[in-house]
Amino acid sequence: MSSVSQNFMKLFRGSSGSETVPAQGAHKLTRRSSGLGELSRTWESTEGLCVLDLGSTSPTNIHHFTERGHRIYSEDLLTASTDPELVTKDENGVAALDSRKFLADNLVYPAAHFDVVLCWNLPDYLDESLVKPVVGRLWSVLKPGGMLLAFFHTRDAGPDSPCHRFHIVDADTLEMTKIVLRRDARRSASGMANTPSDGFQLQRVFNNRHIENLFRDFASIKFFLARDNIREVLVVR
Amino acid sequence: MSAPASGLAQIGKSVFVKGELSGSEDLYVDGQVEGSIALKSNSLTVGPNGQVKASVEAKGVVVQGKLEGNIQASDRVELRKSAIVTGDITTQRISIEEGAYLKGKVDIHRTDVK
Repeated sequence: MSSVSQNFMKLFRGSSGSETVPAQGAHKLTRRSSGLGELSRTWESTEGLCVLDLGSTSPTNIHHFTERGHRIYSEDLLTASTDPELVTKDENGVAALDSRKFLADNLVYPAAHFDVVLCWNLPDYLDESLVKPVVGRLWSVLKPGGMLLAFFHTRDAGPDSPCHRFHIVDADTLEMTKIVLRRDARRSASGMANTPSDGFQLQRVFNNRHIENLFRDFASIKFFLARDNIREVLVVR
Repeated sequence: MSAPASGLAQIGKSVFVKGELSGSEDLYVDGQVEGSIALKSNSLTVGPNGQVKASVEAKGVVVQGKLEGNIQASDRVELRKSAIVTGDITTQRISIEEGAYLKGKVDIHRTDVK
């Protein structure tokens, strides 16, 4: 590795344990997550946290937090973004999603309500018109000092990277299962039928500068580079 | 998919009820209900065709269909894989099958064992 690359890598916190290995069951994978490991120290050492899980409803995650005496809110934003009533046209006549309507119906919480937000891979799969408004709303519902965990694919992951739901197995281990859309949610942002796989499609690949811009209103941002073409990002409001 | 037990109070698929429902026996809803449901010592089951827009207070709640409203269960809540629930859940125990959809808060109130 060249010295430039080595220096570049120093920008990232180590995530040497991160890897993807097959688990029992055809569509389940497990991965070690340094971001989760860092975040879990918060919920293992603090009582009565308020946690928002933005992934697909996960019984495992709900049990994980309720067993520890925390309050958990579950809100599947990707599925919510498939609501056909959100489809509108922008000033150029191009199909887009109505972010105002989306935020009127979703993420409706008091300001500074949550200690932790689990975004998982939401920004990579969310429609372009919703990404910035959603991150802005997340900033406002997080408490100062509250933390948000998000995963971003690298370009090497490829455009067909499946969207997963994430289940917390232990302090730094996640189980991932590919999301299959409900029949009533199989619609792309343009209103067209979704892909034959009936999963969500990767919308874009953020580079590091994009990610920093996306979270520029937050107090700090920390990157964890994993071996499976995923960058984990832990941001603090 | 579990069918309602015979003898159980039922609201069938073609029935629409608007208002306050209360009672002292278990209730199976496979139709539409709007308003509130109070079965303090008994259980509510929302069947696969059920569409409930109501606040629910019961001992146990099983959801297979759609429920929009807050659930307060003194014992347990079960969300089956076909469940679509929008609302906050307060209960002692909860079981959620993979595939169920929940938009809302889960608050577990445990009874202290002395």
